[in-house]
Amino acid sequence: MPRNRARSAALGVTVRRVPTTQHPRTTRAVRRRLVVGSLVLLALVLITLSFRPGSDGPLTGFQSAGSTALRPFAVGLERVAQPFRDAYDWVDSLLGARSDAEELRAEVRELRQRAIQNEFAGQENAYLRRLLRYLDGPRFPDDFDAVAAEVIGRPAGAFTQAIVIAAGSREGVRVNDPVVTADGLVGLVTRVSSHTARIQLLTDQEAAVSAVDVRTGAPGIVRHARGTRETLVLDRVRKLEVIEVGDEVVTAGWRASGFSSLYPKGILIGEVTSVGQTDTDLYQQVQVDPYVDFGSLDAVLVLVPAGRSR
Amino acid sequence: MSAVAAPRASALIFVAALLQTAIVSSLVLAGGAPDLLLVVVVCLGLLRGSVPGAIFGFAGGLVVDLLTLDTLGVTSLVLTLAGFCAGRYGETTGRGSRLAPLVAVGVITVLAGLFGFTLHYLLGEAVVARDALFTALAPALVMNLVLAYPVHALVRAAVGERTTLEPSAEVEVVV
Repeated sequence: MPRNRARSAALGVTVRRVPTTQHPRTTRAVRRRLVVGSLVLLALVLITLSFRPGSDGPLTGFQSAGSTALRPFAVGLERVAQPFRDAYDWVDSLLGARSDAEELRAEVRELRQRAIQNEFAGQENAYLRRLLRYLDGPRFPDDFDAVAAEVIGRPAGAFTQAIVIAAGSREGVRVNDPVVTADGLVGLVTRVSSHTARIQLLTDQEAAVSAVDVRTGAPGIVRHARGTRETLVLDRVRKLEVIEVGDEVVTAGWRASGFSSLYPKGILIGEVTSVGQTDTDLYQQVQVDPYVDFGSLDAVLVLVPAGRSR
Repeated sequence: MSAVAAPRASALIFVAALLQTAIVSSLVLAGGAPDLLLVVVVCLGLLRGSVPGAIFGFAGGLVVDLLTLDTLGVTSLVLTLAGFCAGRYGETTGRGSRLAPLVAVGVITVLAGLFGFTLHYLLGEAVVARDALFTALAPALVMNLVLAYPVHALVRAAVGERTTLEPSAEVEVVV
């Protein structure tokens, strides 16, 4: 066929729609829409009826009957499937065991840490409560106010018997202020900055406190016992004084000729643990076990004279 | 639908619904589980048309809702629309395409998931969007895609494919 003829034939084509009659395609579309619309409507009706509150809704009986009818199938399939499900669970648990173990280990570490923190918080709480009780109690010295301070620095070594507290001149702390806890005397402020202070502990080689035996009234000087870490001695006790094991030792708080002791009277220091004397020595050898545990100080009270301006 | 295909399709849907509730829903991988019933309904729609797809979707959903004592009609509504959409896709653009099962299962899984979550949300059931859309839907999509071809082949073997195609708009060419 010549090329031009074919083109003209194609261009000359006229397209005419088939006369409109009730076409099967239209019927199908209508039927399709009708079926789907009915099903959607039915589903919505089911949802509405099923969702009504109350246990005795209109569909409860139908659902119950349907569930009962289907139950044997479900139970049968469940029994058939159980071994496979167990196998799957076993493989799944094996696959997840490593990550589970790691997660559990991390959880244990975290919980252990939290338990330790709780333990510390509990101890600190009890300690602070005792401090408060002491502050409000009759043993707290008159004419003094207390500045409570957290211990922020511990002895750096065996030769340093000092701590650092989080209170300084801004809080009214001065050098030579005595420091106590609810258990007894801790030491003396030896250095002060604006917000911190250094406390010389009673166990320091250079510390000395005038003290008395409560039972006999025998005076002496409490010092650190050489060759020990936290033991004290009550020095300069005359031989005629009858000191016994178990006696309480407190600060003397003397006052004479316008001078006075740095420590108020009657602050607990410790308990006599041994008494001895030699023929050559002028004084008795009285060993004192301090009430304060210097290794576990968390907070202390600095005694500042009442009315001191801060 | 022929007298042979209809009972087979019914049995297939029934078994798929039982399997879905008893076994498949518990095969949780990475936070999501495959939806065998949805894949079967989509394949039925693709192979047998939109009306059978919608009808069997409704029936399968009803069985699931009865078995799980869930709100009646929710799964039916989702699967009715899923079967219908799959059927329409198979009757039109997806006709004869080898990728049709994959495309239909993928798209309808996502749409059915979103629609299902919306329905549950509208019904006042707590649906955490992040969990629903990412944790559960993404793994379910992957697993449904994996199931698409095998299930399509199984459904084709069970109920066959509709041979009578819907005629296109007819025109008369006058030369």
